[in-house]
Amino acid sequence: MLNALGQPQTVLLLGGTSDIALATARAWARSGDLHVVLAARPGPRRDAAVADLEHAGATVDPVDFEAEALDTHAALVAGIDRDIDVALVAFGVLGDEERAWQDHDAAVHLATVNYTAPVSVGVCLAERLTRQGHGVIVALSSVAGERVRRSNFVYGSSKAGMDGFYLGLGEALRGTGARVLVVRPGFVRTKMTQGRDPAPLSVDADDVAAAIVRGVANGDDLIWVPAALRGVMSGLRHVPRALFRKLPL
Amino acid sequence: MSEPAPPTEFRGWGRTAPSVGRPVSATAAEVAEVVRRAGPRGLIARGLGRSYGDPAQNAGGDVLLPLPTGIGEVAADGTVRVSAGTSLHDLMAALLPRGRFVPVTPGTRYVTVGGAIACDVHGKSHHVTGSFGRQVVDLDLVVGSGETRTVGPDRDPDLFWATVGGLGLTGVITAATLRTIPVETAYAEVTTQRLANLDEVMREMREGDRNFTYSVAWIDTLARGAALGRSVLSRGEHATRDRVGARDPLAPPRPPRVTVPVTPPVNLVTPLGVRAFNEAWFRKAPRHRTGEIQSLAQFFHPLDGIAGWNRAYGPRGFVQYQLVVPDGEDDALVRILERIAAARLPCFLAVLKRFGPGNDGPLSFPLAGWTLAYDVPAHPDLVPLLAWLDEQVVAAGGRVYLAKDSRLHPALLPAMYPRLDEFRAVRERVDPGRVFRSDLARRLEI
Repeated sequence: MLNALGQPQTVLLLGGTSDIALATARAWARSGDLHVVLAARPGPRRDAAVADLEHAGATVDPVDFEAEALDTHAALVAGIDRDIDVALVAFGVLGDEERAWQDHDAAVHLATVNYTAPVSVGVCLAERLTRQGHGVIVALSSVAGERVRRSNFVYGSSKAGMDGFYLGLGEALRGTGARVLVVRPGFVRTKMTQGRDPAPLSVDADDVAAAIVRGVANGDDLIWVPAALRGVMSGLRHVPRALFRKLPL
Repeated sequence: MSEPAPPTEFRGWGRTAPSVGRPVSATAAEVAEVVRRAGPRGLIARGLGRSYGDPAQNAGGDVLLPLPTGIGEVAADGTVRVSAGTSLHDLMAALLPRGRFVPVTPGTRYVTVGGAIACDVHGKSHHVTGSFGRQVVDLDLVVGSGETRTVGPDRDPDLFWATVGGLGLTGVITAATLRTIPVETAYAEVTTQRLANLDEVMREMREGDRNFTYSVAWIDTLARGAALGRSVLSRGEHATRDRVGARDPLAPPRPPRVTVPVTPPVNLVTPLGVRAFNEAWFRKAPRHRTGEIQSLAQFFHPLDGIAGWNRAYGPRGFVQYQLVVPDGEDDALVRILERIAAARLPCFLAVLKRFGPGNDGPLSFPLAGWTLAYDVPAHPDLVPLLAWLDEQVVAAGGRVYLAKDSRLHPALLPAMYPRLDEFRAVRERVDPGRVFRSDLARRLEI
């Protein structure tokens, strides 16, 4: 159960090797007893993630998860014995932006992992959490989806889709006890963005983790990381296309 | 038995950690059927929702609402048979005109008899009367199979005592026979003392409580240094008829006069406001006043005058941390208060009380020593402070009160309640299929 101070006891990490997912689980583990169901592709990266969380004091139960294997999602979510207090939907790919719209396979792969798969797990989680009568789904979206731009529009459009899905899911789940928190980070310095030039207002995975921990405790449904991005994006959303095109974004 | 109502959000009095369950209404005769029909997420009986945390909510399962009120005649031996859904308010309203009162009342009379037993509530009289469970002659309990067991201290005492303080996890209490005491009036004669620091109030309570049936101290948790633990000690007795003058001697308690109608968007219990309140409350208290006549409602249930006062803490709600440390662990209490004072959190409601000996309930809270209840706005920043308090309490051989708890970690429960396994053994006997479940039971892995 999520307690009165917003601390979960059991957390499901979907895309459990993501830097943000691990940082968030570590933050919860530091302040209390935590059990983590770490759903990720088996292999050395998952083994390292398990070791990392165990070192932080959590008990960890690794399970196999393949985002694109959509028909396996229902069984994975149903197979978790304990109540899921928080489910973190943290998987995603950035890909090569130019390839992503010119290479058919790359485009479909990106759209599947970033949009179709989150919808697939979202539906399974919603059913599960409704039955439980409690629980929070944390969906890792991105400001890239808030105003989709030329430089990464396949990624941005997939995030726009998943962002919209989870915001809507949060509305649909009102009154069931289940909640949704959509998280829109800006540029996060992680292994996913390694080698790219950080944008202004960039943050670390730990900053996003701290914001998620706070957002879950507060019962928020939508947060930006850093919070200042809310205002920035609000402005950018309304910039005319002719001008937006010329911005160095 | 009505069909289950649509899923509803339930919270404790602290308004934190809500969950959604299916409310079920039933009469006592229908409880067996309700228990047999409970789904895979089980059922918990709920009273008037005055527990601070999550013992009376059951996420995804059934939540049995209070049974209809029922109050029998007072028997020649002073006992009274009541439905478990009867509130202490209604019971007092029925008893006072007959010159009777309940021997144990908590700080609110808006609790049900079933809830009072399941939480084994205590009041200002604990050092004399013990907790609520000691005033129960027998009770009817619907167990996991749907059968009704009548139990008491000499009739299946293991099941009786597991039910006293058992947080509803042994079954549904449907009725109870309670002891009552004779009173001449509906008033208390109160002695109030203002005490400059913790040493003084502890000395006064240690030496003087035996002269009073009722005793509790309001404590200013913001005072530091030489004023650490400064308190207003309030003690009293039932007033005799000659002391109440022209007042209606057996006037029943009145419903609340003021209501907090909505939850404000922000917490109104702020550090500045509370500091001013505590200062004024302490200064306005008389240095030493005797013979003041207060209505029993004023004396026992001052906050019942404002319906929904818990809403003042805003949407995030609040936490009450109530601990007990055994006699001889006074140093632990001092350390705890020093730390609380250093934390500077806004707390206008903290009370200190001396407990008499505990009872046989494996999950009953009281034990001989000092109990401190501390209300603070819920905030993630409380985590380290309360974790530190847990450590001190466990090291001193004490415990926290589960009816108030909303954030303890399960690992500490066996240390605080060393007879937990006895409780589990009794439950295994009467509810092997785990029909009776609550969010608290899930959280604390009871």
